[in-house]
Amino acid sequence: MVLNLNPNLSEAGKRYFNAYSPGDDFYELLIGAHRDLSDEQSELLNARLILLLANHIGDIGTLREALAVAREGV
Amino acid sequence: MLKTYTYPKYAYRTPPEIASGKVLKLPVVVVGAGPVGLGMALDLDLQGIPVVLLDEDDTVSIGSRGVCYAKRALEILDRYGVGDAVCAKGVSWNVGRTFFRESEVYNFNLVPEPDHHRPGMVNLQQYYLEEYLVTQAASRPGIDLRWTNKVVSVAQAASGVALKVETPDGMYTVEADWLIAADGARSPIRRMLGLEVEGKIFMDRFLIADVVMKADFPAERWFWFDPPFHPNQSVLLHKQTDSVFRIDFQLGWDADPEEEKKPENVLPRIRAMLGDEREFELEWVSVYTFQCRRMGRFNHGRVLFVGDAAHQVSPFGARGANSGLQDADNLGWKLKLVVDGKAPASLLDSYSEERVYAADENLMNSTRSTDFITPKSRASRTFRNAALGLAKDHAFGRALVNSGRLSVPSYLVASSLNTPDEDSFAGRMLPGAPMDDAPIEQDGIPGWLLQSTGNRFQMMVFVDDPATVDVAALSALDCDGIRVEPLIISRRAVSADSLACIYDVRGVTYQRYDARPGTAYLIRPDQHVAARWRGVDAAKLRAAVARACGRS
Repeated sequence: MVLNLNPNLSEAGKRYFNAYSPGDDFYELLIGAHRDLSDEQSELLNARLILLLANHIGDIGTLREALAVAREGV
Repeated sequence: MLKTYTYPKYAYRTPPEIASGKVLKLPVVVVGAGPVGLGMALDLDLQGIPVVLLDEDDTVSIGSRGVCYAKRALEILDRYGVGDAVCAKGVSWNVGRTFFRESEVYNFNLVPEPDHHRPGMVNLQQYYLEEYLVTQAASRPGIDLRWTNKVVSVAQAASGVALKVETPDGMYTVEADWLIAADGARSPIRRMLGLEVEGKIFMDRFLIADVVMKADFPAERWFWFDPPFHPNQSVLLHKQTDSVFRIDFQLGWDADPEEEKKPENVLPRIRAMLGDEREFELEWVSVYTFQCRRMGRFNHGRVLFVGDAAHQVSPFGARGANSGLQDADNLGWKLKLVVDGKAPASLLDSYSEERVYAADENLMNSTRSTDFITPKSRASRTFRNAALGLAKDHAFGRALVNSGRLSVPSYLVASSLNTPDEDSFAGRMLPGAPMDDAPIEQDGIPGWLLQSTGNRFQMMVFVDDPATVDVAALSALDCDGIRVEPLIISRRAVSADSLACIYDVRGVTYQRYDARPGTAYLIRPDQHVAARWRGVDAAKLRAAVARACGRS
């Protein structure tokens, strides 16, 4: 599996009339998940989320690629 | 300060009530001659309802204020007769640049979708729009526009509304069957009626400045996140007409508005932003905060709220005047049907239902932009900066960057006025959708589909050959007192006798409406799809019209 760097978000059964809507839907969910958390709690949430998503993706080659891209900009 | 614009001063005239000493009972009074109140008056005039429009002031909006008028608003302004003036004076722009700290992260080119009359948006100072609307309203005998007429009290009864109005000649009383409050975010009418508006205030302040550039500067939208000349805040630069640029500086909640507005504080900011010796002059400056909120419902008995009086959004995404004009667009024809006794007063509930739905969409989008632009927590700021960093190299990151989403009309797919599809269709012209425009020809003259629609119910019937159309049957489309005008859309350039027939010169109408010969669309007076079928059926049409008028 090659790391997909193009917009790739959508929700089953939902009809979008604007290209920006699925990305904005997700971003709102993400920021909402952090609401009322301390900075330390937010870090923990992010770590748990990464572990969950990594397991879901499964393919270690893809994850290696994602880690490299993420690291480039830090 | 420089003046690129001379504010008109509109004359006060003694109202007929004071001149005659009589109280007149009026069908509709609109309060507030901003873009929405003026649009509302013009919409009702198109419907044949005489309107008295009251405004406490005697000129147009001071400072640029509303800047960006999006495609749907331009199409509505076309119906009101000022679309050409706005588009001719306005500035079109396609290129937007996004900066993060020192460097440009990415740029985009909003190439307009081809085959639409109007572009995605034009930029124009609000005072020009208001001036054109006032000129248009003044040319309409059915509109009585009264400047320097301030409403000081309002009382509502089951049968109508009574207003006390203050003028330079003293006080008078107006009685009206219907009152439309277009009196802005602070709406005195709303306050006098003791009605609530709920939502949240954003703890932030913005400095806005109109700046006249002396040298060439590109017609582009520039947005900075956390720039070196204004650390930790955002800045927006937008081109308007007459070389006037609009600049919005985020200030933070602790800023002192009076202090920030002083030229000695504003000028260095702008100079730092331009980063060179380019000459400019300040024309207007103001500080604002904003709220994201709306009324629970927009109709209260005989009083209807439109525009900022009903709902307020953050300025990111240009959803203030744009959505207010769509309120007027939605309300005009409904009020006409109710005034004429052709629809129950409950049809006005659908005005609230549909425009609350749209307001919620606008509130959601503008709140999302605000949350991205001004993060409220460390985690939120980290995610935003990460998205901006990824945007430089990766398309998915660019999709997440939200510096304001262009105002687009709501697809009223959940409206109770829609007749659900029985037949299968592709594309996006589903019941509740605002009509897509398309290039057409009528009597050999090139034009646009939307110019052939609006202000009345119509049934678009797609045909291969207009000669095959049953003219008598289509001409008699009267649905229990509501006329439905046929609009034949032909793939061949022939004219049909006594029926409006347009030629789908490039096949775009057929394509956008997923049409086949025989396909029929019921179109509302506000250019929204109400129903559609693969064939004309008089009984189904009658039921759909009844539904679209709130009769069933």
